[in-house]
Amino acid sequence: MRLNVNGQDHEVDVVHDDTPLLWVLRDHLGMVGTKFGCGIGMCGACTVHIDGQAAFSCSVRAADLEGRAITTIEGLAAADGTLHRVQQAWADQDVAQCGYCQSGQIMRATALLEKHAKPTRQEIDEAMAGSVCRCGTYNRIRLAIEDAAGISHEA
Amino acid sequence: MKHNKNPNALLSVTKLDRRAFLKLTGYAGGGLMLGITVGCSPEEPSSAQSQPARADAFAPNAYVQITEEGITIYAPSPEIGQGVKTSFPMIVAEELDAAWEDVTVIQADIDAERYGRQAAGGSAGIPRAWMPLRQAGAVARHMLVAAAAARWEVDATELETLDSTVIHAATGRTLSYLELAREAADLPVPDVDDVTLKDRSQFRLLGKRIGGVDNTPLVTGAPLFGIDTRLPQLLYATYVKCPARGGEVESANIDAVKQLPGVVDAFVLEGNGNSRELLPGVAIVAVDTWSAFKARATLEVVWDESRAAKDSTSSTRARALELARTEGDDEIVDDGDVEDALAEGKQVSGFYEYAFVSHAQLEPQNTTAWWHDGIMELWAPTQSPQRAQSMVADLIDLDEDEVTVHQMRAGGGFGRRAINDVVAEAVVIAKRFDRPVKLTWKREDDMNFDFFRAGGFHALTGAVDADGRISAWRNHFISFTHGGGRPVIGGSIRSSIDPGPFVDNYRITQTLMPWQTPCGPWRAPGSNVIAFVHQCFLHELSTAAGRDHLEFLLDLMGEPRWLDEGNARALNTGRATAVIKLAAEKAGWGRALPDGRGLGLAFYFSHAAHIAEVAEVSVDADKRVTVERVTVGVDVGPIINLSGAENQVQGSVIDGLSTMLDQAVTFEQGRAQQTNFHQYSLLRMPRAPDVDAHFIISEFPPTGLGEPALPPLAPAVANAIFDATGERVRRLPISHAGWV
Ligand code: FES
Ligand code: FES
Repeated sequence: MRLNVNGQDHEVDVVHDDTPLLWVLRDHLGMVGTKFGCGIGMCGACTVHIDGQAAFSCSVRAADLEGRAITTIEGLAAADGTLHRVQQAWADQDVAQCGYCQSGQIMRATALLEKHAKPTRQEIDEAMAGSVCRCGTYNRIRLAIEDAAGISHEA
Repeated sequence: MKHNKNPNALLSVTKLDRRAFLKLTGYAGGGLMLGITVGCSPEEPSSAQSQPARADAFAPNAYVQITEEGITIYAPSPEIGQGVKTSFPMIVAEELDAAWEDVTVIQADIDAERYGRQAAGGSAGIPRAWMPLRQAGAVARHMLVAAAAARWEVDATELETLDSTVIHAATGRTLSYLELAREAADLPVPDVDDVTLKDRSQFRLLGKRIGGVDNTPLVTGAPLFGIDTRLPQLLYATYVKCPARGGEVESANIDAVKQLPGVVDAFVLEGNGNSRELLPGVAIVAVDTWSAFKARATLEVVWDESRAAKDSTSSTRARALELARTEGDDEIVDDGDVEDALAEGKQVSGFYEYAFVSHAQLEPQNTTAWWHDGIMELWAPTQSPQRAQSMVADLIDLDEDEVTVHQMRAGGGFGRRAINDVVAEAVVIAKRFDRPVKLTWKREDDMNFDFFRAGGFHALTGAVDADGRISAWRNHFISFTHGGGRPVIGGSIRSSIDPGPFVDNYRITQTLMPWQTPCGPWRAPGSNVIAFVHQCFLHELSTAAGRDHLEFLLDLMGEPRWLDEGNARALNTGRATAVIKLAAEKAGWGRALPDGRGLGLAFYFSHAAHIAEVAEVSVDADKRVTVERVTVGVDVGPIINLSGAENQVQGSVIDGLSTMLDQAVTFEQGRAQQTNFHQYSLLRMPRAPDVDAHFIISEFPPTGLGEPALPPLAPAVANAIFDATGERVRRLPISHAGWV
């Protein structure tokens, strides 16, 4: 199959037609920034963008994605390495604890801000509900999203 | 350790010559784990890729290395999310007087001789490392100053240091540490006792907000975690065990599984009789993870469950309800005359219970193992890498220096990764191949084969006297044992447990029910549940006495004193009072609240930390609970990294809330009934309250903060629900008692 990931075409041979995108990214393309957490669409650690929409890569077959634009955490920064404003906000707010959920969180937040430049607190909370953080970094995720969106923090 | 004292972690531990190493890092587009180390500066994410070990490097101890190119500080302990890869080096940098921007942090190899204990757990990291790390920095600074004094031919007492530079104020001359490294390397290393440490008032770095050293690789998705390990020719494994713990393989359709596409091999492993190491099961090794996982669906195993766990939540609960009517056979403590005091005072009773819970660390258990050249080389996200090393040596009959463990960042630990069962499995599987093998557990494996936080039951009766003070406290703690009369981990209770020292007539008895499924340490073991039971029951007593809970708690603490004089890790009532007052004041304790809203307060002392929390809660007519805000007062001595400390407090509070709302693992026929996150809910952002952390920076020795902010949360919220509704919460998760 031919997959377009982060603007580049990749020819991939997999054993099984139903291999989820998650495992093609991690095992075949070596893009391990997209994480495995539950495998059933319940944790969001595996979140990527498919045509700009946040999606659980564990729950979609890679073979169904030919001709679609896939973006992973590795494709978010500019070619010269300049961080995406969402990534920068995440680093500045020092969001991560263990950090394992954070690439999925960042991908979900980025998709949100593409749709809603200035989301309300409630819109942020609802949009981010698909990604869990076991370490409980939600307070800082909110701050980082607000920073990236250029909105001031609620008291 | 096999690898020498070469401080270059990359070359020494992989047993490859430099050319082979470069070839290896070129594999898979450079996405190989081995090459990744990180600079502190976000602009230079991997500037310290591999500092060549040089004869002229100034490396006076295991933590500091300075060359003409830069300052490197080695982080000794595993990073599982508590920030020690940043905070430990900060302590060194403080005494070294290095500018933090100049420092590159590298995760140290496992080397007990150089670093002593390298492990994460018990909130013990900072207290244990505090002095050695300070001394390491101070020794290096002392030698750099001596080198400058020699160069300038002045007395060392005329010199100062600031931002990686030695300064001679009298003449305005300066020399950077990098310029001095070569000369400092030739000087004798002074005894640590001959070196002066800073007074805390001189700290420049500690207490500031410093971002994590791995922030840039984390936000760009760089490979950091154990599960991200990639090696040439890597194979992928899954391991299937009997869902009832301890079952053995009677037969399996191995031949059919071997024929499946992508499967390289499948075989039965016997197990070594130790559930903390290797349980019996079937290994499937494949060319990629999905092929291995998919083959599991075809695998059919007949289990011999004659020795397997038969545990049942429903029958142990029924038994506990019966036992609650009596006292336990084991007496833990019996002070004063409880029965007399109960008879004389105003009595209150409550039956408290809490479910078993899972660790649910987000990175599933995994280990990559490579058997080559007589060496077992491991990439393992573990809290106890040194124990992993010795366990593996025993397991496959190697010397410890024939086992190399690379410390990988771990996607959460919470106690689960103190046990290295997945390491044992990976090693025994990989030993059969001449290629590296990555074993990855499915989430279903993590849920079923956890070392669970034990559930438990408490039948409490207490009384208050005519002055409204506690006159009696009796607790029958019904818990579990794996046998031998010892409680499971998390199932013991100390005689000194809060509020014991404050109550004259105090009795705790215990009954242990048999339980086979393993239990293990879970964030703040013991405290995470006892705090709920005791701090809620205290509130029942203050309510019975008609007293305000803040006033009641402060009165209970009494005069400022150490409960164990001379032990700086004991409860100090002055420190307790200060954090209780702080949390109450910041939360606006005592203010009028609308209907359906309430405030709850709890204090708990664990891991030598004094922490009080106030929860503000609303409850609607459908018993739906919303925690609006949690305000925390903390005294853990000095703060190392304010950003990290605040993050730990916020995270612990949210973890505590997540756990109390709706988390439970129940068992029938020895099988966990919850298999994945659709049946075991982690708190999501819409339910996350704002958490305000307030710190008292005290002069006491530093204590850890990875755990102790969790225990007070559940009682604070439960007490707030009572304040809002008049209904007691005596059961966790609260969803089991009808709360939503
Ligand atoms: S791994 Fe895809 S949602 Fe959890
Ligand atoms: S930071 Fe650990 S799971 Fe989110």
